[in-house]
Order: sequence, then C-alpha cells, then structure tokens
Amino acid sequence: MSATPTPAHILEVRGIHTFIGEFHILEGVTVEVPPGSITVLLGRNGAGKTTTLRSIIGLAPPRAGEIAFKGVPIHGLRAHKIAQMGIGYVPEKRIIFRDLTVGENLLIAERDKGDLERKADFIFGLFPDLKRLYHLPGGHLSGGQQQMLAIARALVADNSLLLIDEPSEGLAPVLIEHMMEAIRQLSASTTVLLVEQNFQVASQLAERYVIIEEGISVHSGLMADLVQDKALITTYLGVA
Amino acid sequence: MQTYWTNLTPQHRRSWLLVVVYVALLLAISWLDFGYNTAGQTVFRGILLGMLVFLVASGLSLIFGLLDVLNFAQGAFLLIGAYVGYDIYHSLDASVEVRFLAAIGGGVLLVAAIGAVMEAGLIRPLYERPIFQIVLTFGLAAIFLDFVERIYGRNPKQPLSPPPLLNEKFTLFQQSLSVYRLFIIGLGLAMMIGVYILLNRTRIGIIIRAGVQDPEMVQALGINVRRVFTLVFILGSALAALGGIALVPYQGATLEMGNQFLILAIVVVVIGGMGSYEGTAVASIVVGLTRAVAEQLSLEHFDAPVLAETSILLLMIAVLLVQPSGLFGRGE
Repeated sequence: MSATPTPAHILEVRGIHTFIGEFHILEGVTVEVPPGSITVLLGRNGAGKTTTLRSIIGLAPPRAGEIAFKGVPIHGLRAHKIAQMGIGYVPEKRIIFRDLTVGENLLIAERDKGDLERKADFIFGLFPDLKRLYHLPGGHLSGGQQQMLAIARALVADNSLLLIDEPSEGLAPVLIEHMMEAIRQLSASTTVLLVEQNFQVASQLAERYVIIEEGISVHSGLMADLVQDKALITTYLGVA
Repeated sequence: MQTYWTNLTPQHRRSWLLVVVYVALLLAISWLDFGYNTAGQTVFRGILLGMLVFLVASGLSLIFGLLDVLNFAQGAFLLIGAYVGYDIYHSLDASVEVRFLAAIGGGVLLVAAIGAVMEAGLIRPLYERPIFQIVLTFGLAAIFLDFVERIYGRNPKQPLSPPPLLNEKFTLFQQSLSVYRLFIIGLGLAMMIGVYILLNRTRIGIIIRAGVQDPEMVQALGINVRRVFTLVFILGSALAALGGIALVPYQGATLEMGNQFLILAIVVVVIGGMGSYEGTAVASIVVGLTRAVAEQLSLEHFDAPVLAETSILLLMIAVLLVQPSGLFGRGE
C-alpha cells in the first residue's frame, strides 16, 4: 500500500467558468499555488480577479472546472465548508463588521474555542493598533485599521491558505508599507493568494503571478521573470 | 455607559436625544393636561402596550435584520400562540399554575416548531427572491388565520384566569390594577434584557449581529449561516407566540389580534430602524406611550378614537422625515 502523494500545489484551480447572474465572468481560469508561496493574480479592472477568489472560497461557485485544496476537490462545497478546511478570506473594500467591536470581529472568526487567545501574540504583534482599539466598533476605525482588522480576522483560525483581495486599495503609502510587511511576515507560516492592482506592491511581495485577461488566465510564472518582461507588463497590465 | 455613548454614531446619539426629548414632552403633556394620577395611569398603560408590542416586533426585527424577510406571518404566530395557549389551559385537569405554565410552554413550543418548518421548508428556497417571500408570508398568514378560525370558531375567547398570585390587585395612581399587568411588563422587560444579553454577550449573538450586516462574510469565516437563520426564525416566532399567550389573561383572544399587533409591530420596526434590536426596544416603548397618551387625549378632548389609531402613523411619518432610516437604523 502506497501513501497518498502530497500534491505539489496547495491550491489548484483548473479551467473554472463562473457566472454572476447571466454574465459569464470567468471563461477558463487556471491558477496553481505552491505551498508556502505568495502568488498574485494580476490584471486590469474587471478582468475577473476578485471573482476568482470568490469562486475559490465558494461565494461565487463555478459552473464548470475544478478546484482542489490540498488535493481535495472543493468546488460545489458551500462557503462555510470550504473555509472550515483551512482557507481564510480577506475581501476587497476591507469588509469588516462595522457594528461589532474589534474584539468581536476577531472572536467571530474562531473555529475552535480559544483560537484568538492562542494567536493573540502573533496577531497583535503584526497589528499592535488592534490591541489598543479592541473595544471600539469596527465602523470607528480608519481605512488602514479596517484593512488590518480584515487581515487579522483571517489569521484567528488555523488557515493554511489566505485569499487576500486588494490589500493596498485606498491606503496611504506609509500604510501600504506596513501592510506589505505584515503580509510578508504572515506568509512565513501561511500560503497567500493575493489580488493586487498596484503592480509595484505585487512585484515586491509575490514570488509567482497569474495574469487574468477578460476572464481567462493568459500567463503565469515567476514574478522575477515578469518584472524583466516589459512588453508583457505593458500588454496586459498597462503599466510602463 | 460612557463607552456605550462614545461608541454610538452621531446619528444614533441624535436619536437618543430625540427620544428623551419626545418622551419628556409626552410626560409633561400628560401631567399638565390629565393631572398626576391619570397621567400615571396613562404612562403605565403605555408601557404595558409597549412591552406587548415589543414581543411581536422584536421577532419581526430579528428576522428582518438577519434574513431580509419581512415576515407577515408574525401576527399569525401571536394568534396561534394565544389560541393554542387558551386551548391547553382549558383542556388540562390540573392546578391553575400548572395549566398557565403549560399554556405558555405548549404555545411557544408549537409556534417555534411551525417557525422552524416554515423557514427550512418554505422560506429558505426563496432567499434570492424577496418578492416571493413577501407573497409567501402574506399567504401563510391568511392560511394560519383561516386555520385558527376553523378550529376555534369566530367567537372571541374570554380572558382566562392567571394563577392567583398574578390575579391579586394593587393600587397605582389611585387605580386598582391586576398584578398580571406587572407580570406582562416584567415578561417584556425580561425578554428585552434576555435577547440583549444573547445578542451582545454570546458567540451566537455575535454571529447574528454580524449576519445582519453581511451574511456572506460570516459564511466565508466558516460559519453555517443557514443554521443561524433557522435559529433566529425560531426565536422570532417563539417571542410572538409568547406575546400572544401573555395577552389572553389580559384581553382574551380574538381573530383580529394578530393583524392588530402586526401593524403595530411593523410601525415599531420602521421607527426603530429596520433590523436594529436596540431601535425596536426603544420604539416599542415610544409607540406604546404615544398611543396611550393619544387615547387619553381623544377621550378627554376630542371624542375621536381615530386619533389614537393615527397617532402612531403620524409619529412614524415624523421620524422618517427626520431620519429616513429610522431612529437606530444603518445610514446606508
């Protein structure tokens, strides 16, 4: 009897097609995420990057294609089941629960009792502000603090993959630096799949990339190669 | 208290001030116009009505807040609770205390079960279709009403006797009143505090409050939101049934009571802010007081009972003009 081989990728998305209402948003997206890496989804606005993350977590289930997490198919599962397998999701526009306190925003993410207590040092080490703001409603936080809270929330449970959507969106440069540093630190223990519109940020953070163009994944590879390929960057990302 | 105040949004702070000023105005009018004792009786009546309305409205508000379902069957739940409770009370051969408790327990459990089946079997498939949900709950309310009428007949049921301890009299503002009225106020207050503790001090409460804001995100955190939806629907149904049973010793049971309280509850939920539990609690008292004072005013000056009916609608219009999302609703 041979042992089940460990999959080479923690996440494998193969040719998914996702509809929102009657709109065919993803028309064949393939993403492979090696364990322990930061992979970024690149592409212009409306290319389908956010929908790809939502398809993975089960909020926009694909109608065709396959998604496997640690070798186990997860397409067709409901979102809470997918999350329980160890996938954390940080949505775009830093969606936090505005009427809940910072503490409650973190407590709700516990999957086992005491998760927050166990992770408190790590989380408040990454985002010290959150400790100070613990009893304040989420709606009272600044944009940067809300983004920190959204990421911190995904760190409470034992997730082995984090899906982070546009972490630098709308943040001041100094806060972007802080956010990048936090993502670098947390990637030491967790694999990260990122959507990032800001190519500067993406290129400094990620080791791998996937470019999505009009709902189709058109290129993927090492970020180190992409930064050398000005033609590819200009064609698909419109960045000089 | 200081933390509570500082954590409020400016809109909600303004709402609290409006409520305090408005209630003070009602009390001042009552005192100056009706005299001390009648004013006291009126306020007592208003609080009593407010607590009864709260039991129906809190369920309506919780269900709407989390599920986005305006449950028109909430009045029917009150009706079923009242009639089933009445039936249990009269069909048991036991002491008044046992029959009274059995009426409460039986009515609440039956309606909670109906709520569970209704949410899981009928409403759940329609979560993406809000118009269908409205038609469904409206239709179910009519079916439930018809059902109660066929089983129990059209004739109103006489108020039943509460346990002797609750049937004793006491004098308040020179008026002899049944202790049962205090029991209703206590019950409403207990439910108000109980649900507040559930929402604010327990994990399930945190999930419910988060679900009111963004059920999709709650799901993405690994929480089975549908199960929470069912639980809230059961809780909302049970609270309405409790209100119905509590009403029977006070005013008996009639087929109209469900719709009467449903209208009051909808007004309360709109004034308080759709989906805001805090708003529902405050608005219940405000609506109860408004109606009681308007009733007394019409009795003493205008001889126009319609004033009492329209007073709460006028109050609702005034609140919506000042704050379109209700007193404690979310701004967006």
